Amino acid sequence: MPSTSPQLDSAAGRSPQLWKGIIFGILILCLVAFCLAPVMWQWLTSVKVNADIETTPNIYFPSRYTLSHYGELFSRRPFWSYLGNSVLVSVLSTLLCLGVGTPAAYAIARLRLPGKSILLGLLLIISLFPYILLFLGLLEIVSAFGVGNNYLSLIVPYTAINLPLTILVMRSFFQQLPRDLEDAAKVDGYNTQQILTQILLPLTLPALVTTGILTFIFAWNEFLFALTFMTQETLKTVPVATAQLSGASQFETPYGPMAAATIVGTIPLVLLVLLFQRKIVQGLTAGAVKG
Amino acid sequence: MTAKQPQAESSWVQKEWKTAGILVAPAIAILLLVYAYPIGRSFILSLFAENLGTQLQPVFNGLGNYGRLFGDGRFWQSLGNTTVFTVASVAIELGLGLAIALILNRSFRGRGIVRTIAILPWALPTAVMAVGWAWIFNDQFGVVNDLLQRLGIISDGINWLGNPTLAMVSLIVADVWKTTPFVSVILLAGLQSISKDLYEAHAMDGASPWQSFTAITVPLLMPQILIAVLFRFAQSFGIFDLVQVMTGGGPAGSTEMVSIYIYSTVMRYLDFGYGASLIVVTFLLLILAVGLAVYGLRRLGVDVTQ
Repeated sequence: MPSTSPQLDSAAGRSPQLWKGIIFGILILCLVAFCLAPVMWQWLTSVKVNADIETTPNIYFPSRYTLSHYGELFSRRPFWSYLGNSVLVSVLSTLLCLGVGTPAAYAIARLRLPGKSILLGLLLIISLFPYILLFLGLLEIVSAFGVGNNYLSLIVPYTAINLPLTILVMRSFFQQLPRDLEDAAKVDGYNTQQILTQILLPLTLPALVTTGILTFIFAWNEFLFALTFMTQETLKTVPVATAQLSGASQFETPYGPMAAATIVGTIPLVLLVLLFQRKIVQGLTAGAVKG
Repeated sequence: MTAKQPQAESSWVQKEWKTAGILVAPAIAILLLVYAYPIGRSFILSLFAENLGTQLQPVFNGLGNYGRLFGDGRFWQSLGNTTVFTVASVAIELGLGLAIALILNRSFRGRGIVRTIAILPWALPTAVMAVGWAWIFNDQFGVVNDLLQRLGIISDGINWLGNPTLAMVSLIVADVWKTTPFVSVILLAGLQSISKDLYEAHAMDGASPWQSFTAITVPLLMPQILIAVLFRFAQSFGIFDLVQVMTGGGPAGSTEMVSIYIYSTVMRYLDFGYGASLIVVTFLLLILAVGLAVYGLRRLGVDVTQ
């Protein structure tokens, strides 16, 4: 259905279809360039030799390429540890969040629960809270329990910051499931727990994947808590380690390794987006609009 | 399974309440620990002086922290910076996000891959890409300076992150790049729910595309616009990672946001009592703004807790 939506046509008016097509094509190209250029520039920088990086006018496509900046990340710095920490913390907090959030979402969607609308309102409001509001209190908890430089100091907060989204998305999913299924199961003598694990869980898998991808992204990208609670070098996550590459005692800024680190830190997310674009969009709109 | 069900006279409703309570309890417990306690604790701590002067022991100080905050120019400047950053970035993101959503709502060859590319910046870690943006705006070897020089717009490289106004501009550009995709995803979902028949009927009545846009698209998209603005406002108001990595609040505090000021008050100056009062004030400002927005949404007939 070409040109059923009327937007953007106003200027073109009655001019031939061809011109509209060309203008539209240019807009698409601008959009793609806008989204990709910053990442492409990092990639180009990361494979240039130092002499080509630190020169003006800039060299866009160098005559020789190198992977030495990547090599330096993994040989001279514990980048494998950073990646491992990020994976561990993101995966565990995602699993915990789904495990805790899904039953809550089910209860809110299906069962009678006093104060339900207040709970929903609160979930929506706290999903808007910036993490800076939490970090002082969390810092006290972390030091009181002595869990600084311990994965728990990130896993528990990451679970919490993703719970509102998880509950809201899963709730809207449960609301769309036909009730007949559960009614039939009840007639057959299943209790609530059996209904949840044997009947609903298999049906819920796609929605769990959708939500899990989002919580993984949010956990992987988190910066403030990781910066504050994980100060030991080998326990740092990728965002913090990348941000701190620039710092400290070196006389020269390591532009090449920094660019390489941004690429390494973004690759897992680029893959997620390539594989699950549709699910990410679904989850975001379900969380924000229907929530 | 193992929990003992009270068999006898407990009614069916009470049983259901109990089940619901058990299912919700773990989530509530985690939220209380990570949200309710820290915020409640900040309210209490804001009434105490707890800093290097008191040897990090809490000493009751009444509303002293709030009095200090009132006369603290650095706080007001950070609030002003945050407001400038928030208003500018959210306004640009809304305009640009709407344009992108309109483009992506049309059918064209390769739309799937373009939609994928269009969501990409949102998914990347802000702190990591902030390193990338600092490199893009680098004064010596930055690509922005290089492009502007090649186009003959400037003759000498600009020190983007070293100039108060330009540092703010750089942050806004980076934030627009990072979060416009979020806005366009939300708006695109709204556009897709508008029936094409409406446009066809309107066009048959002789309306121009622009008239259809203002008469149909904008009013029907208003709920999504407000929701996107609400989310973006809150995130932007609390922005930390992008600023901390790109400018650290500099030069000379010109890009210091409220969150950056709170962070250094606590982590650098170890002034926990005063930091708590900054958190409380930021919290109240945010609640006030969100309350107004939710009230506005209700008046438009959108119940966000529905």
